Amino acid sequence: MGESIVITSGKGGVGKTTTTANIGTALALLDQKVCLIDMDIGLRNLDVILGLENRIIFNLIDVLEGRCKLQSALVKDKRFDCLHLLPAAQTSDKNEVTPDGIKELIEELKPDYDYILIDCPAGIEQGYKNAVAGADKAVAITTPEKSSVRDADRIIGLLEQEGLETSPYLIINRIRKHMMDSGDMLSVDDIVSTLSIELLGIILDDEDVIRASHHGEPVAFQPDTKASISYRNIARRILGESVPLMSFDNDQGFMTKVKKLLGMK
Amino acid sequence: MSEMKHYITMKGTNKGIVVYLDDQCSFEILLQELEDKVKTSESSGKTEITVHSQYRYLTDDQRKDIAQLIDQYSDMSIKKIDSYVLTREESYELYDNTTVKSVIKTIRSGQVHEVKGDALVIGDVNPGGTVLATGNIFVMGKLRGIAHAGFNGDESCVVAASYMHPSQIRIANKISRAPDYDVEGSPREFAYVNSETEQIELDQLQHLQKIRPNLLDVFERGL
Repeated sequence: MGESIVITSGKGGVGKTTTTANIGTALALLDQKVCLIDMDIGLRNLDVILGLENRIIFNLIDVLEGRCKLQSALVKDKRFDCLHLLPAAQTSDKNEVTPDGIKELIEELKPDYDYILIDCPAGIEQGYKNAVAGADKAVAITTPEKSSVRDADRIIGLLEQEGLETSPYLIINRIRKHMMDSGDMLSVDDIVSTLSIELLGIILDDEDVIRASHHGEPVAFQPDTKASISYRNIARRILGESVPLMSFDNDQGFMTKVKKLLGMK
Repeated sequence: MSEMKHYITMKGTNKGIVVYLDDQCSFEILLQELEDKVKTSESSGKTEITVHSQYRYLTDDQRKDIAQLIDQYSDMSIKKIDSYVLTREESYELYDNTTVKSVIKTIRSGQVHEVKGDALVIGDVNPGGTVLATGNIFVMGKLRGIAHAGFNGDESCVVAASYMHPSQIRIANKISRAPDYDVEGSPREFAYVNSETEQIELDQLQHLQKIRPNLLDVFERGL
């Protein structure tokens, strides 16, 4: 029996869709059966980031309105057999979906998958309510900006009223090391102490993420970038492993490392 | 003068003149005697008196009768009508308005935590979150949102926090807000309305005892 996790943030543009795609990819890399559901009806993106745009035939609304079977709407990923996408409709709007319909649909998917990741639209209106309806757990995403943390706080407050299995988890996205150091951005500790929920992971602001989604291939698929390691760590933590947080330090030269080792620096 | 039981006794105390009413006789007799007494007493300018009905419960009409009588025949005015008894409703109300209502949670952005009486928040109040209380507000955590103490109009209420970094503090109908420039919060502080400046001021928590010695005195606040 699978577990459904909603990925949400309140504020737009903090990286919900990118995170959903990458955690999904990272879980698939760990041999988990994963289904991604794009709930951002009318403004779908998840398919583009995964590079599956051209393969969509049916969508979520078609399934809910009985125009096709659930199985025929699922799009299989190019790279993994165990990663599927249920795309959102681009032509309809959010009000055509009801929370009960979504709940039923996710219950139907659960026996076939280990994880069901739900990509939530921005905002706290109907679209959010639909996305959260079928979720067992929730992940709140924020960037180290005040406005984004404020919205994450609001969404966590709303999620806590939903009666989820556990309190929401936190992912901090787009961390810029030098700005945090200079105090121009909230630090990880500040954010965690304000939001006071468990931190699932941190992701550095990395050009590779943008480059990867431009090419329709989630960054988590690459073996060695900082962002991909962050996403893989998050996936391992979701599976229950305890993985330490990644260090921020920029790549150091060999001599610096030696000096550090010898206590000279 | 024949032997006559007096149902009304006047006493001078350090709180002024207190008129004690007998609590066993009928109300009519009481009013009659009060009228005689008031008529015959030499009034010495305007004095404020306290009427104490002891173990008799006075209805609103009866209170009005007494007030009218005193108003009509003398220069005295009633400062307060006191009594040893309360109705059940009044006692529930008093209990509700003076007890501490605790909650263990973080008050997050967009959430409003409203209580009758004192509010004790075991957790933080985040920016955008609001705590409303008819009494005092105590935050065992960081206060970074809005706290409104005494929102029914009680200016004697205070807002105290383990870490004070609020966006706004309101006490009764007074408001104070954080300055526009960035400020650090400070640990263990409380906010109160200074009766001289009529403004909300902050002070260190250890001075609370001096500034509001009767803060938790139920009867001082409720009656």
